[in-house]
Amino acid sequence: MGYPGLTSSKFNGHVSRSGVVGGTMDQADRVVQLLDSNGSLVDDPQYQSTLNDASLLSLYKDMVLIRQLDIQATALQRQGELGLWAPLLGQEAAQIGSGRALKSQDYVFSTYREHGVAWCRGVDPLDMLRFWRGTMHQPWDANLHRIYGYQVIIGAHALHATGYAMGARLAGRVGTGAADKDQATVAYFGDGAMSEGDVNEAFVFATTYQAPVVFFCQNNQWAISEPTKRQSSIPLARRAQGFGLPGIRVDGNDVIACHAVTTEALDRARAGNGPTLIEAFTYRMGAHTTSDDPTKYRDGTDDEFWSHRDPIDRLKILLRNKGVLTDKIESELAAEAGALAERMRVGARELPDPSPLSMFDHVYAGPDARLDEQRRDVEAILAQGQVG
Amino acid sequence: MSQLTLIGAINQGLRRAMESDSKVLLMGEDIGKLGGVFRATEGLQKDFGEDRVIDTPLAESGIVGTAIGLALYGYRPVVEIQFDGFVYPAFDQIVVQLARMRYRSAGALYLPITIRMPYGGGIGSVEHHSESPEAYFASTPGLRVITCADPADAYWMIQQAIASDDPVIFLEPKRRYYQKAEIDTRAELADVPTMYKARVALEGSDCTVISYGPTVATSLQAARMAAEDGVSLEVIDLRSLSPLDLPTIIESVKKTGRAVVVHEASSSGGVGGEIGLCLMQSCFYYLHAPVLRVTGYDTPYPPSRIEDDYLPDADRILDAVEKTMKY
Repeated sequence: MGYPGLTSSKFNGHVSRSGVVGGTMDQADRVVQLLDSNGSLVDDPQYQSTLNDASLLSLYKDMVLIRQLDIQATALQRQGELGLWAPLLGQEAAQIGSGRALKSQDYVFSTYREHGVAWCRGVDPLDMLRFWRGTMHQPWDANLHRIYGYQVIIGAHALHATGYAMGARLAGRVGTGAADKDQATVAYFGDGAMSEGDVNEAFVFATTYQAPVVFFCQNNQWAISEPTKRQSSIPLARRAQGFGLPGIRVDGNDVIACHAVTTEALDRARAGNGPTLIEAFTYRMGAHTTSDDPTKYRDGTDDEFWSHRDPIDRLKILLRNKGVLTDKIESELAAEAGALAERMRVGARELPDPSPLSMFDHVYAGPDARLDEQRRDVEAILAQGQVG
Repeated sequence: MSQLTLIGAINQGLRRAMESDSKVLLMGEDIGKLGGVFRATEGLQKDFGEDRVIDTPLAESGIVGTAIGLALYGYRPVVEIQFDGFVYPAFDQIVVQLARMRYRSAGALYLPITIRMPYGGGIGSVEHHSESPEAYFASTPGLRVITCADPADAYWMIQQAIASDDPVIFLEPKRRYYQKAEIDTRAELADVPTMYKARVALEGSDCTVISYGPTVATSLQAARMAAEDGVSLEVIDLRSLSPLDLPTIIESVKKTGRAVVVHEASSSGGVGGEIGLCLMQSCFYYLHAPVLRVTGYDTPYPPSRIEDDYLPDADRILDAVEKTMKY
């Protein structure tokens, strides 16, 4: 395979320097890779990329832009404009590769780190910021973008995705063969979520009902301070076998491979052939959130190791070598990224606070006497404040 | 008119809800061929098929979590939790996910899910089969918490709960499952009084006994005994624990000047405390005596051989009534 950090350790069940669970590398543990960290295309016995040069360039632009989005949001948090931010740095390929494999009719349930997937679904970055600034819990139209809002409770949405996919099956939106009709649902979560009961129950329900759902686990090797070895003694993808669904490990920093394995899993789901677990092996280059301090639990050697396996750099080398990525395109892209950053800097500060009285809205379908009374209390307090 | 047991009324109510809305699905453990451990869903899978009466894996969080996904897809799931004591693995899905969907999406998404649950003790069963967890749910914004006390209410209120666009925790008093009554099932659902309105189960003048679910029958028994001693009790069946129908309670207590709240659940942090404080706020000058509670004790549910000492009975209710009368 030649993928550093993914070779087996002689200490079965122990963790290598890069946090990878070792043991015998059987077929189930192999890592699908189509673009290596030097920017060279790699043959895989099972997967081929269907992406043409224009598509590859488009993925590259996506990754550059969401990295800019991530850097800007992190800066805005540091400036006190956001209450919190969960950086995606290092996970651009996993999110863009999988996110661009989706069809418009598919539906996504994601965690608080999938800004790149939300980007692929057409969510405005300023809407993403509403959540982190604390102006709205679910700041975009989930039905329009077909991605539900950020889920903070670890793993809870794996069940929602499974139920949604069960709904698609009941509604006959699976296995018809019509390209724009068959629907898949994707649940994004991390390595830590693999320990949650809800994720494991989701695997049980998904296989029991052959739900058209894809479980996309970004194993970034750290659940805040807990390494993957605290979650599993075997590679995460191997867990799938015990539940009776295909499990695939993919190089999460290889956008081409992430796109290929997700496309195949989505096709399988839409065709009515059931769920898939994808483990995208990647690395969280930044902190868990802006409140986290990884220097308390990581010594920096892994950061150095993974900095040479950057998901954007390798595609850049490939596109440069192909002559697809020119200086002109690079400078246009830099200008686009700059404009995005500027829009976020200005826009974040202009996001309106909700009205205090809006806290009483949408608790129930209809009016509620107790809430109406409390709303009147707050109205009175606000009125006093204006007088004072 | 049909004569139905309370469990039979639930069964017929579910059937009618499924007939009137093809989006209604039933989900739960053992609800298909077996018809549920209490037979609430008997015959429904045979008539509506395995896609609408779904036998699920044994995972309560999984059942509620997938019901949420199905509801987002446009279905109207009715979940059976087999016993009160089995609901806790689904707690996050209920109080964090289900209860908040409408709020967190600012009204864009909603979850018309009903969670049915047999609850309460008095059936001589083993641990975890006799609990009264209603206070957890009643104190959770976004949930509606409903409980029926007789077959007619069971028949209509389960249909109202399913038709509700809010998530409803629907608590069924399992020790009253075989109580029978005549029900006029020909009425239209829209013409039946809302489940959110409390019911004056017995009119009286000396003291108001406020109860719900399994202890409504106990309160009515106490009222009959009190009447023999010349004391007139008004018995209110709350029916809805969230929202509470305070106007009905307040009107009654302003009339009688005395109130005793009765429930099986523990005293501390319970519905009784909430009602007592609301009455103090609204009826302070009308009260002749402090509001009292007759409840289960602040212990875990005891072994069943001593549950009769734990559960509120007519004698304990009458003792409380006497205290308020003599205050």
